[in-house]
Amino acid sequence: MTQQVMVAEPVREVPARQGKRRGDGWAAARYLAPTLLILVGLLGYPLYQLVLISLYDYGQEQASGGAPLEFLGLGNYQKLFGDPQFWTVLTQTVGFAAVCVIGTLFVGGALAMLASRVRAVPRMILFLAALGAWATPAVAGSTVWMFLFDTDFGLVNEVLVGLGFDGMADYSWTYDKFVAFGLVAAQVIWCSFPFVMVTLYAGIIAIPKEILEAAALDGASTVRTLRTVILPLLRPLLVIVTIQSIIWDFKIFTQIYVMTGGGGVAGNNLVLNVYAYQKAFAASEYGMGSAIGVVMTLLLLAVTAVYLRALRRSGEPL
Amino acid sequence: MRLRRLLVIGAVGALALSGCAPVQSTSQSSGTDEKSGTLRVWLFDEVNRAPKEAVVAEAVKEFETRNSGVKVDVQYIQIASRAERFKAAFSDAKSAPDVAEFGNTDLAGYVASGGFTDLTADVAAWPEGKDLNSSVLETGKVNGKVYGVPWFVGLRALYYRTDVFAELGVQPPKTIEEIAPLARRIRQAKPDLYGISVGGKYTYAMLPFVWAAGGDIAKQDNGKWSSTVDSPQSRAGITRYTELLKDDICPPAQCAQNGGDASVQQFVSGKAAMTIGGNFNRQAVEAGAAKGKYAVIPLPGNAEGSVAPAFAGGNLLGVLKSTPRRTLAKEFMQLLGGKQYQEKLYRAMGNLPTFSDLQRTLGANDPFVKPFITTSEAGTRFVPATPAWAKIDAQAVLPNMIQQVITGAQSVDQASSAAAQLMNSAFTS
Repeated sequence: MTQQVMVAEPVREVPARQGKRRGDGWAAARYLAPTLLILVGLLGYPLYQLVLISLYDYGQEQASGGAPLEFLGLGNYQKLFGDPQFWTVLTQTVGFAAVCVIGTLFVGGALAMLASRVRAVPRMILFLAALGAWATPAVAGSTVWMFLFDTDFGLVNEVLVGLGFDGMADYSWTYDKFVAFGLVAAQVIWCSFPFVMVTLYAGIIAIPKEILEAAALDGASTVRTLRTVILPLLRPLLVIVTIQSIIWDFKIFTQIYVMTGGGGVAGNNLVLNVYAYQKAFAASEYGMGSAIGVVMTLLLLAVTAVYLRALRRSGEPL
Repeated sequence: MRLRRLLVIGAVGALALSGCAPVQSTSQSSGTDEKSGTLRVWLFDEVNRAPKEAVVAEAVKEFETRNSGVKVDVQYIQIASRAERFKAAFSDAKSAPDVAEFGNTDLAGYVASGGFTDLTADVAAWPEGKDLNSSVLETGKVNGKVYGVPWFVGLRALYYRTDVFAELGVQPPKTIEEIAPLARRIRQAKPDLYGISVGGKYTYAMLPFVWAAGGDIAKQDNGKWSSTVDSPQSRAGITRYTELLKDDICPPAQCAQNGGDASVQQFVSGKAAMTIGGNFNRQAVEAGAAKGKYAVIPLPGNAEGSVAPAFAGGNLLGVLKSTPRRTLAKEFMQLLGGKQYQEKLYRAMGNLPTFSDLQRTLGANDPFVKPFITTSEAGTRFVPATPAWAKIDAQAVLPNMIQQVITGAQSVDQASSAAAQLMNSAFTS
């Protein structure tokens, strides 16, 4: 995606260089061929199968050869878009992902700043803690969080009661829709902020000292330095971590599935991926599941494209 | 330029799509029947697996001594992820077992997928086969053909705490209607206890309430299934069940997400005065806080002295169609599913055997088993025997319906209508 945008746009804007680019084209194609081959094999073919299956009534009976295939055309998509639950789940997913992305960037960014300003020992402790969270597998992390927030025996409820919040005895963290979403969002942020933190920390320490000194000599405040010096210099990195986070958080499955018991009370906490799994894959309706997968892929591509475009418009290219 | 490129891509795409179709695996049977090698067996993991593992290990040892050159590899799979495991097994013979334990509610779906082999002739030729309880054998049949040998039946009844009942001076309920007021009274007197521990995801506890009220979840006319979960009788049953999931009996915040295991677990850990539990929960209850302080009665029906129809759960042993060792697989299934090991499993786990003669002898000697035998004799019911049931189960249609009601999001009428609609679309797809 990024490649396409970057190559296609200059061709249109600078027609005078077109001839020369054509000549280089073959060489470029040869250099890119191995990458392309891997991408086609690992990305293109599954995507092709996904689109193909989404056009059929393809269940377990069809997959294992027990029933004939039926071509539905866009039937699965019609059914999906006609399901009011799909729209609710889609809205929920967008909102949930937005909270997670903003939370991850904020926590990651703030801790990166912190890490760049403290001494070596506290910095090492911070990094070890962050790497611990990062290295924990999603299922294990979610399960441990559930132990902590358990209704009857959880440490959190016990501590809260000990602090005098008597109402928190037997409090269920996964019953109310928004409390449950909040808890899962906190877990998601906990396990994804280290990536943002490490990336941005690398960016911050790479900023030449002279620039910061110059800003200080000009009398810029800390906030001012952050806004007009550090953030603009970190932009390319911020773009990457933002897109990564959007893609990750939009596709959240494990945390919701494990922590809310497969989508919460009465399906209140469903997000798209869990919805696809429950409606389609667990129920062996692979055709429908693939249709949801295609819709998700298109949505993510669109979000990324719009985001990149907005960035290009607001300033220098990446 | 751009438009033309799009057109070319579109045309190529259309060609590719019309020229191909998604993959379908074809012949499932392996065609060979090897007499040695490794026999792969899948059994379900349990809350407390050790006794089951011991009995199975004994059967494996006996089988391996009897057949030299054969190794039996037993894998315990999680019940929660069984659907994925079996789907993968049906699609790829290399990852499939030869013999597998599976729930009788899953049978119709597995058979439609072409996963299991027809055992009708094998059961007919098996000397012990004729003693199988015929109504239990029915749960292993699809369209008159046997695809699974019943390994044990699972029936649910009402567990209650004798010490709590004695302390409060109350009697066990005589009708299904008495359960809610009784449970409410207990929780009032002992706020630490749930009056009765049931759950928003505990479908098999809800079904007896629906059946006792004269309702059902679906009916079959001329081979076509349609949902009846929104009938007046079914709604009466759902209302009676969801009444239990209120703050004054079993608070939704704690109970809404509980399935069968979690519901019984509350009773096991001493947090509930009653629960609806299976005969298969005996070991767990004995190991918990309620040990020696509980009794079991059949879940009462509408009239005094009647029994609410129980769901005839249970597991089957089947042979996979893809097995390269059909004879060995069949022999191991008959050994593990035979009378000798069914009795051992009963002693180890409390699993109710599926042979009529065995049931009678064991029931006469064990007071714990009696309420379950009474329940069995009063007549049991089953879920719709169609592959669509697996879909309805996977989509959590009935648990969602219960949860919608107990969270107050929807009325019983609204929730049952929505559930009926979802069920009907699963039946027709």
